[in-house]
Parts: sequence; C-alpha cells; structure tokens
Amino acid sequence: MDITALTSRRFLVPGLITLTVLATLPLYGSLYTVILITTILMYIILAVSWVIFSGPTGYMSLASAAFFGVGIYTAAVLMPNTGQLLPLPVVVAIAGLISGLLAVLVGALTLRLRGIYFAIFTFGLVEIIKQVLLYWEFEVTHTRGRFVVLVDNDTVFYIMLGIFVALMLTVYFIRRSKFGLALQSIGENEEAAAHTGINVTMVKVITFGISAIFMGAAGAIMATRWTYIDPYIAFNPLFSFMPVLMAIFGGMGQLYGPVIGAAIFAYLQETLQTTFPYYYMLIFGIVLVVAILYLPNGIVGLIQKLIQRWRKGGSAEQNANT
Amino acid sequence: MQILEGEGVTKYFGGLAAVSKVDFHVDQGEIAGLIGPNGAGKTTLFNLISAALVPKPGTIRFKGEKITGLKPHKICRLGLARTFQEVKIFSNMTVLENVLLGSLFGCSTGMSSADASREAEELLEFVGLSAVRTTPAKDLTLVNQKRIEVARALATKPELLMLDELMAGLNPAEVAQAMELVTRIRDKGITIFMIEHVMKAIMSVCDRIMVLHHGEKIAEGTPQEIAISKKVVEVYLGE
Amino acid sequence: MDLVTILDIAIGGLLMGGIYALLAMGLSLQYGVARVLNIAHGEFIMLGAFATYTLYTAFGINPLLTLAIVGPIIFIIGFLLHRTLFTRLRISSPSPGAFESRSLLATFGILFIIQNLALIGWGANLRAYSYLNFGVNLGGAIFTANRLVSLGFAIGIGLAFYIFLVRTRMGKAIRAAAQDPATASLMGVNINRVLAICFGLGAVMAGFAGTLLSMRVPINPAMGMNYTIIAIIVIVLGGLGSIPGSFIGGFILGIIGTVVTYIEPSLSLAAYYFIFMLLLLVRPKGILGK
Repeated sequence: MDITALTSRRFLVPGLITLTVLATLPLYGSLYTVILITTILMYIILAVSWVIFSGPTGYMSLASAAFFGVGIYTAAVLMPNTGQLLPLPVVVAIAGLISGLLAVLVGALTLRLRGIYFAIFTFGLVEIIKQVLLYWEFEVTHTRGRFVVLVDNDTVFYIMLGIFVALMLTVYFIRRSKFGLALQSIGENEEAAAHTGINVTMVKVITFGISAIFMGAAGAIMATRWTYIDPYIAFNPLFSFMPVLMAIFGGMGQLYGPVIGAAIFAYLQETLQTTFPYYYMLIFGIVLVVAILYLPNGIVGLIQKLIQRWRKGGSAEQNANT
Repeated sequence: MQILEGEGVTKYFGGLAAVSKVDFHVDQGEIAGLIGPNGAGKTTLFNLISAALVPKPGTIRFKGEKITGLKPHKICRLGLARTFQEVKIFSNMTVLENVLLGSLFGCSTGMSSADASREAEELLEFVGLSAVRTTPAKDLTLVNQKRIEVARALATKPELLMLDELMAGLNPAEVAQAMELVTRIRDKGITIFMIEHVMKAIMSVCDRIMVLHHGEKIAEGTPQEIAISKKVVEVYLGE
Repeated sequence: MDLVTILDIAIGGLLMGGIYALLAMGLSLQYGVARVLNIAHGEFIMLGAFATYTLYTAFGINPLLTLAIVGPIIFIIGFLLHRTLFTRLRISSPSPGAFESRSLLATFGILFIIQNLALIGWGANLRAYSYLNFGVNLGGAIFTANRLVSLGFAIGIGLAFYIFLVRTRMGKAIRAAAQDPATASLMGVNINRVLAICFGLGAVMAGFAGTLLSMRVPINPAMGMNYTIIAIIVIVLGGLGSIPGSFIGGFILGIIGTVVTYIEPSLSLAAYYFIFMLLLLVRPKGILGK
C-alpha cells in the first residue's frame, strides 16, 4: 500500500506537466506536430492496452488489429461522409463498447486455449473478420471501402488525448484495486488463484474486454483522420504486431516501458514510412529481431541495468576513496 | 455428521484408472488422513474434490450438497480450501498479499479491504509469519512457503481444509511444528483432510485414516487399526 | 452436379492439396521439432518461387531443375538462421513456453526482413512465366500439365522426406529430438545441430513448394503470408507437430478449399479461417490427435 502511494506521488507531478504540455500543444505546435503526436498517442494506446491483458496473464493476444478495426468500421458506419448520424464522442464510446463486447465474447470462448494456440486463434480472428467484411462489401453492398466524415486535426488530437488519459487512469486504478491484485495473482499462478476463490475466467475475460475498449475507441477516432477505409486498411495485421513489438521493445516490467517503446516506433514510422516504406519495414524487422535477442527486458530493462551498474561503479569508487 | 462424502468417485487418464470407484467420507471436526504408496491416486482424489479435475463417474457432496461440476473458485467459496503438494504461491507478491487474496476472494460474503487486511495479519500471526509480511513470497524457505499456503487457505474461511503433504521435505523439528499447527487449526473448529507420507505425523495426528492403492480404497480405520492391517502392511512392504 | 464437375473438384482439390501438404510438412517440422512456429514460412515459399522465376526467365534453366539449386541455398539460409538466432533464444529463454512466444515474434521480424528485401530487389509487381502450360484431359475434366507435374513432385518430395525420417540415422535423431530434447542430447545427439537441420529442412520444403507454385500461379513478394496461414491451418488440422498429419491435412484442406471455391469463390479464405477456428475450439489437438 505504501509503495503504491509513493509511486503515485512520484508520477503525479511529471504526469501533470506532461499532460499540460500535451493539452496546450495545438496552441504552439505546428499542424505536423499535432498529427505526429496523435499517431504516437494511438500507438501508445494500442501498446498499453495490449499490456493490460497480455502482460499479467502471459497470453499473447494478436487480436489488437481486430478490436482496432472494429472501432474503425463502427465509426465508418455511424459517421459516413454522406451525413454524420451521431456526435463524435458518442461514436468513439460506442466503438469502444462494441470492441469490448467482441473481446468478452471471444475471450469467453477461447481463453481456455493456452500458449501458441491462443496466439494463432486471435490472429485468425483478425483475418476472418477481414474476409467476411470483404465478402459483404463485394457481394451484398457492392462497394469497396467507405468514406468517413472529415474531422479537424485538433479535435482528433484532443479525443485521442482523452482516450489516452482515460486509459492511464484505468491502468492506475486497476493496479490499486482488488481486481488488479486478482489479475496479478493469475499471472503468478493461475491454479492457485482459482483455488483461492478467484473466478479466473471472469477476471481474464473482463481484462480482455477492458483492453479492447481502448483499442476500439482509438480505431474510431483514427477513422476520421484517414477518411477512406476498407477492410485491408482497417484490419491490417500490423496493428496486431506493432503493439507487441513496441511493448517488448520498451520493456513490460514497468508501465512506461510500452509508452517509450510505442513513442520511439511511432516516431520512426511517421518519419520513415512515407519516404522509404520498404526500408522502414526492413529496419522494423531488424530491430524486432535484435530487441528479442538482446533486450529481453526492453529499453527500460537496459536502462535500469545501466543505472545499476553505474551506481555500483560509483559506490565502488567511493569505497576506494575512503 | 459427514461434512464431505464421495460416492463411486472415478477418474481415468487415458485407459488407466487413477482413482477407481472410491467411496469416502470425512466427519465434521475430525482430522482424516489419506495415505498410500506413490502413484496411489491420493493427489488425484484431492484434485477431484477441489474441482481441479472432474470425476467421471461419481459424485462428491460437501455439507450435503452436490459439488461435482462446480468450478474451483465456487468450491473454495463454499468453504473447502486446499494446499498443494508442490507449493503454489504467488512468488512475486508479498507474504501479506498472498494471504490477503484469500480473505478478499475466498468467502462468499464480501468483506471490506480493511477487514480483509486485519484478518490476513491475524492469520500471519497464527502461522508465525508476521515478521516477514512484506517480503516477496519467493524469498522464503520451503517451510515458510508452505505456511503461506496454509494461511492463504485459512483466509478463505474454510470449514474443511485439505492439506497435500504439508510435511514433505521438512526436517524433524519443522515436522513437529507442522503437526502442532494442524492440531491448532482443528481446535479452531476446522475439519482437516490430509495426505501425508510422514507416518509418525499422520499416525499421531489423525482420528481416522483411509488407504489408497492403485486408485482403490483398500482400508479405512483408526491409526491403530491401520497399523495392524495385513493389507496395508503388504502394500507398503511390497512397494 | 455431374460426374465431370465432381471429378474436376476432386482432382483440383488434390492438386492444391499436394502443395499445401508440402508446405505444412515443412512448418510441422519446424514447430514439431524445433518448437519455432515460423511465421516467415511463407517468405521461404516466396524466395523459392522468385529464385525459380529468375533462373528460368533470365538463364532459361528448367523450373524443375531449379529444385536442385533452390534446395541447398535455402537449406543453408535456414540452417544458419537457426544456428545464429534460435539456438541463442532457446538457451536464453527461461522456459519452453517463453521460447515459443519469443521465437514466434522473432519470425515476424524475419518475415519483414525477407519480404522487404524482396520488395527492394524485385519490386511489388505480380510476375508469371509459362511452363508446361497445356491442357491434359482426365476423364472429361481438363487440367494444365504444370499442375499435374507439380502434384507428382509434391507427393514425391513428401514421401522421400518421410522415408528419410523413418529410415536414416539423422531421421531417427530428429524424431528423438522431437520426443524429448533433453534425453536425446544425453544419448549423444548434437541437439543444436539436429534442430538447425530441422529448421533448414523445413525451409527447404517451403522453398520447393514455392518452386512448384511458381509454375502455376503469378507471384509477388507479398505472396507469403497467405501460404503461411494455410500451412498453420493445415498443421492445426493434422495435429501440431505430426508429419503424417500435416500430409493428410494438406489434402483435406485442398479439397475443402476447392469445394468452397466452386460454390462461392470470394469466401474461400473466410472458409479456411472458419474451419480453422472451429477446429481450434473443438479439437485443439487436430483431427488425428488423441
């Protein structure tokens, strides 16, 4: 308990400063910066949401693209460029809820699959939704893709920031709650948790649902930035892999690991992808392999190790001096 | 009164019967023992009772109510707690958090977190772990990790506690302490059903003993009766 | 439905199934023995296809002869990849489960590397060449000769490989390693070498499948992913890690795919996924699993 209070105070001031800097960004930042930060926030949301579930439980979900894509399509249906049906924040909330419900449904069916099976299944989920949508558009509606209402960049930015803040608060409250303790215990030893009275299936399913809500919400708001979407854009499997890579690259031991990992990668992507798309993906692959080989605890783990070594070195020097 | 009873409890693994048509019962307030050679099906029977496995066929009743087919957490909340042969603790959580989880989730009646913490602290005192309450559970010795398991199980407010080889791997002094702990738990009014290999312990602590061999119950009686049972002696010598 | 249509679907299914069986056997070897679920499997198919395409169009080498060139090259790539990357991961991973998820992610990295190198080298356009492209009449149904030849080769390669596993010393070592790596290494099997050979051979099977595919379908650097997914579906269908299971599973999926394509072409991929997810839920150990 003391530890949580301490960490929260330690992060409160930097957190508030970051938030103020971000909230006022459209006042002093260029349009390019606002768009760049929106994309970075989107990746951070995807990576942190992924970690909420996959971090403690150890299940490797590759369903992120499915939940993200469902959010995108929800927005496309509710706010077509021919006439917006509902206000933007409501659409974002509905998109989150639909993704969350889908996750609860899928989770209830599949969370008994372990290890590699779960990873394969969740990956299949992305593809099957994509294929069914393609079929639907091809055979039933005879369209290809959809156009979404154009929303100005500042609004997109603020809604993304809002989702990000809501996500961070959710993570914070989960960690401090009884629910969070149960979730952690499942990660440590699922069998013991079940025999201690914890409804392990329910805790896992709810967590999966919560993580999907934020992915869906982020998808909905991104749809308004892309304005044209189709099943290939919305259900791009990269949105399943990127969060995993970003989280691993950043380090999953601490919450700010995935945040850092996502920020670095999103920045690289935004700057490299348009000019050197193949080279960007090539670098992406190399970094992925190198990170898995040499950074098992991510960048945060590496930094912690360096600090430790530096401190040890420092204290050894002191000892030598006295 | 019988707090736990099983009827024709059977479990096959592949073509092999790990537990075969076992009828058993545990009386309210007693310390019942379950012994048998390695591979006799003792832990499997515990797993069947605590719903880690489902018997097929067979029924198990707890407090007169059929519990076969329920999920493990339901069984725990009904008042049937267990420990494990190979300790299963939450390694990276503190000792207190391990026990707290039992208080928070283990009983059907909700409990405020203040009450739950107080209760967890009391149980740590009861098993003698107060001094290490903020230590990560993985840093404790085996005997203390087993105590965590006992305290965590007790935190779920069980009426029946199942102990799976509590004393395995402990030295003689620790075994003596464990035996004393078992009787203190019984004195709280909690019924105990325990698997044990340490004969001295089980003979002196238990009111009644059941013997499993090749998945079948071959004997049942007071420790004195078991000690002179021809069948039991044959099984153990023939091992 | 008349007899010719049924024949058409049945033989068409076998023709597709042969290729599926080949690529699934390769993946099955990599996952069943080396415990690497290789998401880059399809990239080796693509490499095989492009190698054959380049050798045939630029140097006029008979596509079937390129098997002899493609095989060794891809084997060396796969072998070295395992020696440098997966051996290291296997040793540094705390548990087999951790190794499986880390190696799965690493193969995603390899996928991006190979695919984008190919995009840089060959460009994104579809490419095709014509070889043995004439019709053969089988009981009223007509198939191109290249499809029939590729089926023959797929079955031949599959059987040769199976005999290799059952009869040779190395095959026995591979099967021992699949059963129990720790004991196998105690028995004097050089486990790292055996696993690397398995990974290399798995990649070769993919490369061969690519060569055979290039004779009958247009190819491009992004073609791999769909075949990886098909291979994964097949090995789940046949039971993860079972070589005969993969072989049979390949033909089953080939026939199912042809039937669905006959009824509703745009649903064939969706049908694959549907079968696959249903199977995972109902029989996660595969149709042949116990």
